[in-house]
Amino acid sequence: MIVEGKQKIWADYQKDIPDDHYFYVRSCIRQSFFPGSEVTFLDITRNKLGKDFYESAYHTTCGGIAYHSDSIPQETAMTIIARQFALMHESGYENYVCSCITSFGCYTETLETWHEFPELEAKIRQYLWDSCKKEFAKPKYLAHASDIIYKFRHEIARQAKYKLINAKTGEPLKVVEHIGCHYSKMFPSKGFGGAEYPHVLVGMVEAWGGEVIDYPERRQCCGFGFRQYLIQANRGYSISNTHKKFESMEPYEPDLIITNCPGCPYFLDRWQYVIAEQTGKTYGKNGYGIPALTYEEVAGLVMGYNPWDLGLQMHQVAIEPLLDKMGIEYDPKAKYKGINGKDLGTPINPINIKLQ
Amino acid sequence: MNEHKILIIGGGPAGMETAYQLKKLGLKPVIIERSDKLGGHLAQWDRLFPASDDAEALLEKMREQCIDIEKRLNTRITNITKENNIFHVSLSNGNSYDADAIVLCTGFDLFKAERKQEYGYGIYNNVITNAELEHYFKTHNDERINEPKKIGFVHCVGSRDVKVNNTYCSKVCCATALKQACEIKEEFPDSDVYCFYMDLRMFGKGYEDLYLKAQKDFDIKCVRGRVCEVSENIEGKLVIKAEDTLLGTPMKMTLDLLVLMCGMEKASGIERIQNMLNIKSNADGFIETRDTFYGLNHTKEEGVFVAGACTSPKTLPDTIAEARAAAVEVFNYLKDNGQQTFSLRF
Repeated sequence: MIVEGKQKIWADYQKDIPDDHYFYVRSCIRQSFFPGSEVTFLDITRNKLGKDFYESAYHTTCGGIAYHSDSIPQETAMTIIARQFALMHESGYENYVCSCITSFGCYTETLETWHEFPELEAKIRQYLWDSCKKEFAKPKYLAHASDIIYKFRHEIARQAKYKLINAKTGEPLKVVEHIGCHYSKMFPSKGFGGAEYPHVLVGMVEAWGGEVIDYPERRQCCGFGFRQYLIQANRGYSISNTHKKFESMEPYEPDLIITNCPGCPYFLDRWQYVIAEQTGKTYGKNGYGIPALTYEEVAGLVMGYNPWDLGLQMHQVAIEPLLDKMGIEYDPKAKYKGINGKDLGTPINPINIKLQ
Repeated sequence: MNEHKILIIGGGPAGMETAYQLKKLGLKPVIIERSDKLGGHLAQWDRLFPASDDAEALLEKMREQCIDIEKRLNTRITNITKENNIFHVSLSNGNSYDADAIVLCTGFDLFKAERKQEYGYGIYNNVITNAELEHYFKTHNDERINEPKKIGFVHCVGSRDVKVNNTYCSKVCCATALKQACEIKEEFPDSDVYCFYMDLRMFGKGYEDLYLKAQKDFDIKCVRGRVCEVSENIEGKLVIKAEDTLLGTPMKMTLDLLVLMCGMEKASGIERIQNMLNIKSNADGFIETRDTFYGLNHTKEEGVFVAGACTSPKTLPDTIAEARAAAVEVFNYLKDNGQQTFSLRF
């Protein structure tokens, strides 16, 4: 591996990020999958970094899941997106930040398509007016929320209570970074680091003390792949895809997987349970899996948030081995307690993968 | 003898052959070369397709033919103006020439392999280029090539590729790949060698024979499909993904060495000279010729001629043939314009 080669590519694929005042839109599914991520993002950016993030209660899905599973035509998806842009415009913002990678891909694709085919943009303006009586302005700047954390990664490192370092050995944790396919594979110039060697998560990991693993199936999809999973008959493709990734990363003995997509941490987390039950194999040590976290969760951990406030008990793979490595203090008994001590219920232990 | 000078810009095979032929026609060529020796890309090559002829021997012959020809090495063009059909050319060494005609023989640049990021050149140690392999054959000095057991060649790197804005075929890569595949198999007989191609364009004399020899005598495995991704495993070996389009199946393979067959691109810095001469480029960046049949050695600027790969990718035989044709065209131009005060010497 020639690190200088990657550094050159990273330098070539940089983009400007505005310093402040963002219109933030959530993901359809992340709040169900890993409910602490978006609220942690907003807490870090608003309260730790002092940035202005505005949300509209009228924001809806971007239509990305329907678009990528061929349920709606592109014009419909674009009209939904035009409505989100109208909400941003009505709120007095110009910098659009989305939580979801697929949304980021859809927004980017829409803006690029309108740039190439202005007549289509005019058509969508008419559709939006006919359906909602709204007018939109295109964002001056479009970013994925991981771009924001990337931009402020060194500030987060300055405020960090913990590092991605094994507290006992002093060695950097070995981290697999997994980028959502829709981040930059369609438009390499829109992502930090481009499509082949994205830097957005590498930058975070290195700033927070970890060491990134480059393994052969790094670029491979997590297994979600929309139609691979949404169509029940195809789910074998989904899990075999995920299995391929774990087999490929296994020799490097990763401590952690960091992701920036709604689907990726979900599938990399949940399929470990299924693989363990089907094959008896786990990819962490001593019967544990490899924790697959969102970048907000990782940022929250290094900044000293309570792991259970971050929602890490919602992961299938036990988080405790990672917390122990990082030297993070936690109350094991509080794992399945919700707000105000409400009992969330304790899951039944699977046969082949440890939960705690 | 006349004193009319013909300026040849570029001292590669096209420039050397044009100069030699002009001299034989009784004219006075001057070669301007920016590097410290004549030869161009040929000087970097060990053997030449289709029959693995010695590149050094050909180069020596070409250089010998140019011994008595005036040349300026380590020299760049700094300015060109034209007045009454005479080109006033200033050089970086402070000299200047008045020339009746100029022949652009500026050649090509090899495609920069790092632009195809998916192949991992400059990222993964054992990904090398065709030029680097040729250098190894010349010197046997490249620590990346260490008893490889499994070797892949990727054709069309930077050629016929819309993503890098090069839609043309570079013409030499298929034959070069098979030549190099045979040569590396000769050197490492126990190795398995794979060529990943889009189409095998074995159009020239002896090329098809090379293709058959590669398969029959050297057991080179030709796979019709492009490599889409290269990565490195924990042992430092390369893991590639490709599609075998004849079998209709994706494939994954671990290799010790991957050779990228980089194609041709317009020479860097040539726009500066083109601007001085008011010469345009085609959409592919190569120099525009007057037309595509009878004007292949001509630009649209009177008195400015072209030869070799500065106008499009060319094989060495094509380059030599075009250089000879350019010399004749220059001769005819000077004769037709009444600028000749000399007679041919026989």
